[in-house]
Amino acid sequence: MMVIFIPLLFIAGFYCIVVTRNLIRALIGLEILTKAVTLLLVAAGCVTGHSALSQACVITVIMIEVVVMAVAAGIIVSIVRRTDSLDRRYLENLRG
Amino acid sequence: MVINLVLLGVLLITALRAVMKRDIVKSAIALALTSIILSALMFRLGSPLAAVFELSVCGGLITVIFMCAISLTKPQVSRQEDEEVNTHSRHFGVLMVLLIAAAGVLLMVGIPAGTVLPQAAADADARSVLWNERQLDLLGQTLVIFAGFFGILVLFKEGVPRVEKNGAARMRDDLSGELEPDDTVTGEEVHSEPSAGCSKVKAEKVCE
Repeated sequence: MMVIFIPLLFIAGFYCIVVTRNLIRALIGLEILTKAVTLLLVAAGCVTGHSALSQACVITVIMIEVVVMAVAAGIIVSIVRRTDSLDRRYLENLRG
Repeated sequence: MVINLVLLGVLLITALRAVMKRDIVKSAIALALTSIILSALMFRLGSPLAAVFELSVCGGLITVIFMCAISLTKPQVSRQEDEEVNTHSRHFGVLMVLLIAAAGVLLMVGIPAGTVLPQAAADADARSVLWNERQLDLLGQTLVIFAGFFGILVLFKEGVPRVEKNGAARMRDDLSGELEPDDTVTGEEVHSEPSAGCSKVKAEKVCE
């Protein structure tokens, strides 16, 4: 059943990123994608018997995920201060 | 097995609620619930250490990060929610069709015949694997944490006073993006030193 639910979770996260115009909601979609990946790692470890190695990989993924989320949230707050909007359509110029 | 199925179903439902909820605070709370259910699932699949990390870091810390970002951008969040009010019902239908189609394809394909799973090896402790075999991963994690720390420091750096072309010194408050009341100084530069911490840098007003 993992074979069915993990791709569905992945599709939901990917859909959230693609469809939404809200930058924070795109972060939520990225978070759901990462959850699908961590579940896949744990399921693979359970099936193959290498749960220790899969846990080590999951811990690494979670640590990187939290740093990415923190920096991305900081970038979003900076963008909002500059453009006064959370809409990704207003991110048109590359001017620093 | 039944409990795992129920947990998977609830996990998918909370993830969909996080995607489809119009209010972004409720989306963030649904995401936290997703993390809690995922940690329970990880525990049932024999990964207790990963489950603890998922619960504390993803369920706790990341939710706090989201709430901080939402509170710092509150007026823009409300405006964005009002703009997106008409598109959510259409998106829900498209998402459901996508998920049902994907589930149908996966049920038909399944695991290829003849797949041989490797023999289960002796299950070492996750901590010993992490410290003895995955030392580079730990080094990478440390470097990423430091990179994130300095990245956030740079992003939230306090502004410094600057002198414009007409000689008037104006202070721009980077936190609010607004100009302070006009403390125009004619013909002289204003020297001010940014103080440590979060205090604003104030320009000295010179009497004409």
